[in-house]
Parts: sequence; C-alpha cells; structure tokens
Amino acid sequence: MRIAAGVLVVLALAVVVVPLVVQLDQQLVDLGSANQAPSFAHPFGTDEVGRDVLLRVIYGLRVSLLIGLVAALVSMTIGAVAGLAAGMLGGFADRVIMRVVDGFNSVPHLLFGIFIVALFSPSATAVVVSVGLTHWTTAARIVRSEVLTLRARPFVDAAISGGSTRLRVVRRHFLPHLMPHIALASVLMVPHAIWHETALSFLGLGLPPHLASLGNMINDGARSLLAGDWWASLFPGLFILVPTLAISALVQYWRDRTNPRWRSELQL
Amino acid sequence: MLRADGITVAYGRQRVLRGADLEVVPGVVTGLAGPSGCGKSTLARVLALMLRPDAGSLSMDGTEIHRWRHRAARDLRTRVALIFQQPRLAVDPRLTLREIAEEPFHATGRPVEDLTDDVGLTPELLTRRPHEVSDGQLQRACVARALALKPRYVICDEMTTMLDASTQAHLVARLETYRKETGAGILAITHDEELLTRWTEPSGGPTVRMS
Repeated sequence: MRIAAGVLVVLALAVVVVPLVVQLDQQLVDLGSANQAPSFAHPFGTDEVGRDVLLRVIYGLRVSLLIGLVAALVSMTIGAVAGLAAGMLGGFADRVIMRVVDGFNSVPHLLFGIFIVALFSPSATAVVVSVGLTHWTTAARIVRSEVLTLRARPFVDAAISGGSTRLRVVRRHFLPHLMPHIALASVLMVPHAIWHETALSFLGLGLPPHLASLGNMINDGARSLLAGDWWASLFPGLFILVPTLAISALVQYWRDRTNPRWRSELQL
Repeated sequence: MLRADGITVAYGRQRVLRGADLEVVPGVVTGLAGPSGCGKSTLARVLALMLRPDAGSLSMDGTEIHRWRHRAARDLRTRVALIFQQPRLAVDPRLTLREIAEEPFHATGRPVEDLTDDVGLTPELLTRRPHEVSDGQLQRACVARALALKPRYVICDEMTTMLDASTQAHLVARLETYRKETGAGILAITHDEELLTRWTEPSGGPTVRMS
C-alpha cells in the first residue's frame, strides 16, 4: 500500500512539475540522435526520430491520466443518472433502461469504442466520448442495485410518509449513501480508461500520432523493436502498467478499510 | 375514517393477508392484535399508503385510495403517520436526531416547530446520530417526526416492543395527549395484551384480532 502510494505521488509530481520545467516540442525531430540506448543524457533512450523517451513518457502519462480521469467521470455520471432513474422509477422505465444496459454490454466494448472514435477525427474528446459511452453500464448496475436495496428500507417509507418528494428522497437519503460506492467505482474506472485510451492510440485511432501519448509511443516503438531497440516501447508500457496497478492497489486498500456499507450500523 | 376492505397482499406466491377488514376512527384508539407473522405490519403499511394491496380497497375520510407511495397525493400520505417497531431501521443513519425529527417540516416547506421537548429529548441528544443513542431515545425522535405534520391517523406498529417500561409509558402517554388534543385516530398494533387493554380502554375503542 505504501509502495503504491509512493509510486503514485512520485508520478503525479513528475506529471505536474516536469512540464513546468521542461517544455516538450511535440513535433521536434532530431535524427542525429535516433535510436540511442538508455544513457545519462537520455535515461530511457531515444526513439526512432531522436526524441527523448523519458520526457515523452511523462507527457504521455499526463495525457493518459487526464483522459482517464475525465472519461471515468463522464461514464460514472451517465451511469449514476441511469441507475438512479432505473431504481427510482421502477417498472417500465427500469426495464427499458436495463435493456439498454444489456444492449451496450452485449457488444464488445473495445469494438464499440472503436466505432465511436471512428465517427470523430482523432482527438482527446473522441477518446473520452468513446470510453464514457461504453463504460457507464457498470456504474448504472451498481447504482441501481443499491437504490433497490435502499428503497426497501423503512426510513424511506418514513420519508415518503413525511411528505418528501422523489427528488428529495434522492438528494437527502440516496445520494449520501451512494456516493462512497460511486466514488469507489470511479477510481477503479480510471486505470481501465487509461488502458482504453492507450489501446485506441496504439491502434492509431486515439490521439493524433505526433502527440506524446503512451499508446502512440508503444506503437512507434514497436517498429524498432525488431532491431533490438527495446527501450522505446518498454518504458511507455511500464508507465501504463505501474500507475494503473498502483491505483488499483490503493482502491483495494480503501475498500477493505472503509467498507462504507452502513458504517454507523456496523458500529452498533 | 380510515377504512380497509378485503385487503389481500401476497409477496411473490406467498399470501400474507387474505381479505382483511379494518376501520380506524378519529378520536379513538383502535387495537390490532395477532400472533407474529399474521400480517399486522403488512396491513399497517397498506394503511399508511406504503404498499399497494393486490386486492381490496382503502378509503380515507371518504376518498378512495388508488395511488400509493410517491404517487399518492402528498396531502393524503401525510395524513397517516407510521411509527415502526425498530427505530434503528426507520431512520437514516447519516442524519442527526434533530434532522430526523425536523425532516417532515423541511420536506413540506412548513415552518419548523420544536416537538422534541414533548417526547423527552434534550438538546444535547439532538446533535447525536442514531448509532450514538439508545433505541428508546431513537424511538422518541421517530414519534416526534411522526407527529410533526399533525397527522389525522397514527399507526403504531409494535411501537414499544423494543423499549423499556418507562419509555413505553411515556410514548403511549404522549400519543394519548396528541389524540385528545387533535382528535386523531390511533391504531395500536401490539401483541402485549396488557398494554392493549390499557391503551384502548380510555377511548372505548375496539380491538381487532387477526389470526
């Protein structure tokens, strides 16, 4: 847990501080220093057009983290609203929403994501929309099932009997109970969204190719891999793996520790 | 008058109520007794507009009820208050006792009145959350909440079963005062025969026995 937190702090600092200190010219090419192995001047080596891998990896992580966060937020918001509506309205509305969820789930989400990205020109927005539209279903299911168990609790009866409108029950009683679940699912979604962003970029569908993003870099590096230049794809790969594993480890810890299920009831 | 005719309720394939009839008359304490599992609480939820019965009809002061829970008109559903057996489950664990007791005023936009003194809650207790008080103290807050909107009918579903004798006496006395002041109809559900006699006798109300 400490290791995971430490790794994340270091990476977050790098992502925030480095771009302030060293500016990266995304299109700068230095053919004179192409394909250099890791050294003091270039700790992670250089790629096939002579760009410093370390600097690009940090910029790439920044892009990936940002896209991951925004995409997770978008998908959670869609999912939470859909799940709340399904759970609160029940009946016909519930059936319709859950069939839509099933429909989305029945399509492999990477394929569907590619389809959505293909509708746009390569950009960060396209990736966010793609991940957001394919991943809201998990959140919808979590929120709906929580709402269904909450709805049956006597204190909701008491609130209705006390004159609360639907909206007030949601705001006053449901959202405060749901927030821990939604927050947990959102954080878990961040690494997943990063994987999708890099997968789409790797396929050449995500971000514009000159932009330093982890997926783009692995894709570029793959070409020189056969020539034995392992560093140009290994380091971007590690930068996907390490932060996502660290985030997952932290979430696990958080979930084990604060299992928010009716905290005050557990204390009885 | 709150009048139920031929109420039938089934959970899945299991029928818990079969053609139950009941009348709650304003100004009178009506007793409802019966062994565990005979459907007393289910009938209570139907009467409080919280559960739509599978068959039968319910009318309140001459108005036939067709809609339940949120769909029921606010005026109708706040006219019946329900006090639950387990106060623990009947309150949102995240709110303080004051917030619980005052919630109906905020929900309906009416000016807040302090009713907690009547049920014996001190200002210090009001700042606590449900897990920091006893069942009896919590039930006092629930009674304050139930009486907040001056309901015409109060349904007490085994309200005092979990409580010690003095809290029990105090809350029953509080409801009797309320009945005398407002002429509300009270449905006392309990399987404590002694309490039932003591509670229904002063107003000469009937006791219905379910089996």
